[in-house]
Amino acid sequence: MSTFTSPGSCNSPSHFSRRGLMQAMGLSGISFLTPLAEQLARAAESEPKGTQPHSLIVLWMQGGPSQLETFDPHPDTEIAGGSKDGSKSIETAVKGVHISENLPLVAEQMESISLVRSIVSKEGDHERATYYVKNGYRPDPTLVHPSLGAIICHQTQDNLEIPRHVSLLPNTWAARGGYLGDQFDAFKSQDPLGPVPDVRARVPEPRFEQRIKDLSVVEGAFARGRLKNLDEGRTLHRSSVEAARKMMSSEQLAAFDVSKSPEALRKEFGDTSFGRCCLAALQLVEVGVRCVEIRLDSWDSHANNHEFCRQLNTTLDPAFASLIKHLRERKLLDRTMILWAGEFGRTPRINGLGGRDHWPHGFSMAVAGGGIAGGRVIGETSPEPKLDEKNRLQDVADPRAVEDVHATILTAFGIDRQKEIQTPIGRPMALSQGKPIRELLV
Amino acid sequence: MWQRNLLFAVVCLFGFGMLASNILLRDHVPTPRSFEPSRFGNLTNVSSSATPANKQPEPKNDWQATLLKLNAEFEAKWTGEGLQTTPRAGDLTLARRLSLGLTGTIPSLEEIRALEQLPEGQRLEWWTSRLLEDRRFGNYVGERLARVYVGTEDGPLIRFRRSRFVEWISDQLLAHRPYDEMAQEMIGSNGLWTNNPALNFITVTTTEANKEQPDEVRLAARTVRAFLALRIDCLQCHDDNLGTNHLGDDGAPRESKQQDFHQLAAFFAPAKVGLTGIQESKDEYNFKYLRGEKEELVPAKVPYGDDLMSPGGSRRQQLARWTTHAGNKPFARAIVNRMWAIVCGRPLVEPIDEIPLHGPYPPGMEILAEDFVAHGHDLQRLIRLISASEPFLRSSTADFEITQQHEKGWAAFPLSRLQPQQMAGAMIQSSSLNTLDEKNAHIIWLLAKSQQTQQFVQRYGDLGEDEFTDRGGTIPQRLLLMNGELVQERTTQNLIANAATRIVVVTPSAEAAIDAAYLAVLTRRPTAEEREVFVPRLAAARRADRRVVLEDLYWVLVNSTEFSWNH
Repeated sequence: MSTFTSPGSCNSPSHFSRRGLMQAMGLSGISFLTPLAEQLARAAESEPKGTQPHSLIVLWMQGGPSQLETFDPHPDTEIAGGSKDGSKSIETAVKGVHISENLPLVAEQMESISLVRSIVSKEGDHERATYYVKNGYRPDPTLVHPSLGAIICHQTQDNLEIPRHVSLLPNTWAARGGYLGDQFDAFKSQDPLGPVPDVRARVPEPRFEQRIKDLSVVEGAFARGRLKNLDEGRTLHRSSVEAARKMMSSEQLAAFDVSKSPEALRKEFGDTSFGRCCLAALQLVEVGVRCVEIRLDSWDSHANNHEFCRQLNTTLDPAFASLIKHLRERKLLDRTMILWAGEFGRTPRINGLGGRDHWPHGFSMAVAGGGIAGGRVIGETSPEPKLDEKNRLQDVADPRAVEDVHATILTAFGIDRQKEIQTPIGRPMALSQGKPIRELLV
Repeated sequence: MWQRNLLFAVVCLFGFGMLASNILLRDHVPTPRSFEPSRFGNLTNVSSSATPANKQPEPKNDWQATLLKLNAEFEAKWTGEGLQTTPRAGDLTLARRLSLGLTGTIPSLEEIRALEQLPEGQRLEWWTSRLLEDRRFGNYVGERLARVYVGTEDGPLIRFRRSRFVEWISDQLLAHRPYDEMAQEMIGSNGLWTNNPALNFITVTTTEANKEQPDEVRLAARTVRAFLALRIDCLQCHDDNLGTNHLGDDGAPRESKQQDFHQLAAFFAPAKVGLTGIQESKDEYNFKYLRGEKEELVPAKVPYGDDLMSPGGSRRQQLARWTTHAGNKPFARAIVNRMWAIVCGRPLVEPIDEIPLHGPYPPGMEILAEDFVAHGHDLQRLIRLISASEPFLRSSTADFEITQQHEKGWAAFPLSRLQPQQMAGAMIQSSSLNTLDEKNAHIIWLLAKSQQTQQFVQRYGDLGEDEFTDRGGTIPQRLLLMNGELVQERTTQNLIANAATRIVVVTPSAEAAIDAAYLAVLTRRPTAEEREVFVPRLAAARRADRRVVLEDLYWVLVNSTEFSWNH
C-alpha cells in the first residue's frame, strides 16, 4: 500500500486538513494533552491584528533535527534515552515551557518564540522532505513549487539594489522560485567573512566599462531582424545586466559583510559560520532584504545522537538567541519573523548506534518575532508513544500539517494564502494549501 | 649547450606549429560511418518558399517520403495562417543548434573548419551523422531523458544509482537500441539495479516513507507521464472534476476517474525489493477511494486501449508491452514531442508531457509518430527527420517583423534559453580550439570539464525537470557570467588552457583572429559593424595588449544574449 495519498499534486484541500487530523485523533483516543498545552493552544483564536512583518528569516536545520534534543524534550523517559543518560530539559522564560538543556540562551528568549510540537508529515526522505517543508507542497513531478521566501517576495514589492531573497550557507536544495520563476530563487552566498560571490569585476573599472560598451555592439547585431521587444519581452538581458551592475556598486552589499562588526558582537552570535550568517541576516533585514535562509547542517544523527545534538545546539543557541535579542534592540523584531525548521524530526527511540532515525510523525518547529504571539506551544507528542505503524497519530496531540505553518506565516505577512497563481502551464495553484494556526498569530 | 638550445627551439616550434594548425585549419575530423550524402536528396537545401506544396518532388526513398509529408503539413499551416516563413538558416547556425540539442555544447573551431570544407549540400547530413556517433550525444541526451524517467533527485542512497542509469541510457542511444525495448526494460524487468541499470526507474521510488519498497503510485504517475505524455496525477486523489482529462478509446472519449489512476498503480503492486533486487511478489493493491467507505482490492487495468493488452508474464511486463505496443500511439507521440524539444529547444505540444489522448495534434506530430513506429522505434531516425525538417531549418531572423505567432507556428525558429548544462558546456568548449570529446581531449580536461560543469550548474540554477520553461536571465546568472570563476578562468590569458590567448599568439592577422574568436564562441563570423569595432583595435595593439583585446572580446561574446540563447 502506498503512502503517497495526500493531495501533493492536486491542490485539493480535502485530505490532510487539521479537522481531519483532529477527527482521527478523536477516534484514536488521545489522552495525554496536558492542561497547560490545552490552555496555550486555545489562546488567541483570532485574526492577526499586530504589526505585519516585513522580513522572514528561516533557520534551516538540514538533516532533520531531533525534537527531543531541541524543543520537545521528554526528560526522564525512555524516549529521552533513559533517566540516567537521557537528554535533559530546562525551564524557559515562559512558565511551564521546557526546552533542551543545551539551549539556555534561547530559553531566555522564549517569550518571543512559539513552538509547534506536533508537525506531522509523510515524507521521511531528506530531499523530498526538504522540498515539502520549504515549499509547503509535497514533491510533484509535474511542477516545482516556490519556497516561502519566494512567495513572500513575489507578493510584495521593494526597491532594493541587492537581492531580496538570500540563502546563506546553501546546499543544492536552497530556496527556489519554482513556478514563480528563477528570478525568485534565493541568491546564494557563503560565510559572510568571505566575499559575496560574483559581485566584484575581475578587471579594473575602465576596462570593465569598455567591455559593457562593446557588449552593446554584439547585442545590436543579435537583435536585428528578431522580435520587436526582444529584450523586454523575452531575454531580459539588458535589464539583468543593468541590475547586476547596480548591485555591484551598491552600498547595501555591506550588509553581507560581518568582518567590520565588533568582535564582541560576533562572539555573542557564536562566531561560527552559522552565527556569522545570523549576524549578517540581522544586517540584511535592516537594509530591507525580505527573506533570508540560513542553513545549519549535520542534524542527521543516525549514530551518537546526543553528542551530535549537543554540539549543534552549541552553535544554534547563541546565534538564534542573539538574533532575537538584537532584532529587538534594533526595533526590528516586530517586522521580522523567524522560522526554525528542519525537514523532519528523529525517532522517539534510540537505535543500536546511539542514534535516532528519520521521524516525520510528530516533530517540532519554532516561530518567533513579527506577527507571532510568543511563548505559546501548539500540540504535544506522547512521552510514552505506542509507535503503532497503523496509527501514528495516536502519539501526537493536536497534529498540524507542514502546510499549516506556511499558511500561518503567509497570513501573518498579510498575504492571501488561498490566492491562486497561474503556473507557466496555466494550472491554478494556491499559494498554500494549509490552514493558519490562529493560536500563533498576534 | 647549443644542442640543448637547438632542441628547445625545435620543441617550441613544434608546439607552435601544432597550435597554429588548430586555428589555421586542417581536416582531421574523420568522416562519420553513417554519413549518407543523399539520404534526403536535396530536400533539405530547398527553402519552402521555393517549393510550393503542389510541386513537391517524388520521393526516392522512405526518408524522403516522410520528410515531404512532414514539410507539407507545416507548409499548409503557414499558408493557411498567412504566415510568411523566414529564410533558411546558415549551416553554422544549424550546426550550433544541433550540437546544443544533441551534445549540450557548441561546435569547436576544429569542427567548424572541417564542416566548412564539405560541399554545402552535405553539411547538415554530415554533422548530424557525426553527432549521433559521438559519445557526448549519448551522455547528454541520456541525462535529458533520465530527468524524465527518474527526475533530478539523488534518490535512495543504496537502492538508486543515477549515474549508472544515465550511462545505461547513453549506451542504448549509441547502440541504436529500439526505444520500445528500452522502455520495456525500465518498466518490466527484474533483478539488481546495479547489474540492470534500467531498474533504477523502479528503485528511485523506494523511499523510507514507503518502507523502502517501490511506490506504485509514483511509478504509475511517472510511467504515464514519461512514456505516454499523460498527466493524470490529479486522479490519485479525485475524479477529474474539471473535465480536462479525457481517457477512453479512440472515438469514445470519457471523463477520467480516480479508478483509472489506481488501476494503473495496481500493475506495480507486486514489485518488491528483495535480496536479488526487484522481483515480483503476489501482493495486491488496495486503496480507499475519496468517497469510499473502506479500502478495496484494486484490479490492474489500463485506462484505454484494453485490446492492446496481452496475457503472459508479470503484471509489469504486461503493462510494459501495452505501453510500447505499436498501436499505443501516445507512446510514440510522447517521444516525438520530447525529441523535438531536445533538438529544437521547444516541444510541438506544451506542456511537453501533456498531449491530449484524443487530439487535436499539431503539424508533424502524427507523421513522425507513425514513422517512428513503422521504423522500429528508431530514435536516431527520428532525430534525423526532425533535424532535416523545414521548421528546424528556418532562420530565427528575417527582413520582416517576426512575431510570437511566427515562432509559435514554426514559421521562424523560436529562441530558447540554453539549459545551465548547455551554458557550461558551451563556455568550456569555446575556450578550447579542439573538440572536447572523449576521443580528442585528455582525461584531465574531461574531468575538469565535468567538475566545472557541475559547479557552474549549481550556481547558475538547475531547472530540474521543468527544463523547457522559457524565461529570461536572472541577476545572479548575469553576475556569474560577468564575474564568475568559470568565465574568468576560461577567458583570461592562458596559453595552455584558453583559446583567446592561443588565437592571438598564433594568428598574426587581426581579421583572422577576430573571426576565429567569433567562430569559437558564437559559431559565426562577425558582422561588418562588429569587424569595424574589433579588428582595428586588435591591429593597433602590440604584444601583451593583443592578448588583452582578445580576452576582453571573449568576455563580451560569452556575456552576450546570443551566447545564452539557442537561435
